[in-house]
Amino acid sequence: MSDRSSGDTSHGPGRALVAVYAVFALAASARSIVQLFTELDSETVVPYVLSAFAGVVYVVATYALARSHRRLALVTIGIELIGVITVGVLSLVDADLFPDQTVWSDFGQGYGYIPLVLPFVGLWWLRRSAPVTG
Amino acid sequence: MTDPVAYVIAILALLVAAFAGWHMLREREFSNPLFYSVCVLEIVLIALLVGGSVALGSTSRDVDGVLFISYLVTMVVIPPAAVLWGIAEKSRWGTGVVVVAMLTIAALSVRLLGIWKGAYV
Repeated sequence: MSDRSSGDTSHGPGRALVAVYAVFALAASARSIVQLFTELDSETVVPYVLSAFAGVVYVVATYALARSHRRLALVTIGIELIGVITVGVLSLVDADLFPDQTVWSDFGQGYGYIPLVLPFVGLWWLRRSAPVTG
Repeated sequence: MTDPVAYVIAILALLVAAFAGWHMLREREFSNPLFYSVCVLEIVLIALLVGGSVALGSTSRDVDGVLFISYLVTMVVIPPAAVLWGIAEKSRWGTGVVVVAMLTIAALSVRLLGIWKGAYV
């Protein structure tokens, strides 16, 4: 299969993966735009800035996977994995830290835990689609 | 905007998702019947955008208008985007894109009902 040796991330299973990433890019960034414009005050800065950051991460990851920028995809999916686990743990330990929902709160419970599963699928796909060397 | 409207659209989207899933599992190429089913759903979603906007203007409910309209617009944009992205892919995952998109529409439809009822305030 040619798509397995070329390092192309936008074909095969990657086609559907990019679609899922696009949905989350849209969900996270649209949510943060609404939050930043309509509800921002001093108590909600942390979750809203975090929402915006998550949105940017998803947008860049979607772009990287769609255009086969493997290194950029690896970095953004890595940040996503660290983000969802860190925010997930923090939101359980200290609920007051995140008074409003973000995509990563409670390990992405509000989104059917897909934000928690997605980075693992992304990393698996980067590994499976890796160019064949030697 | 009532329960039946939201659930009928969600069920319609799930039916198209199942049809696309059948294509995916059987490794069928993107077929005309699948394309037409997505078109039918798209027409329903455009009607929902128009109807929802009118309903928002005339309701006495305390609905978050920005959020409500952004959901309606997103639901109209997703199917054509999915078809454009999926139809160029010749493997089974081309129709997999449509499965993802239709499940998203179903989820958005249920959330839209929540926004209408003010459940997320």
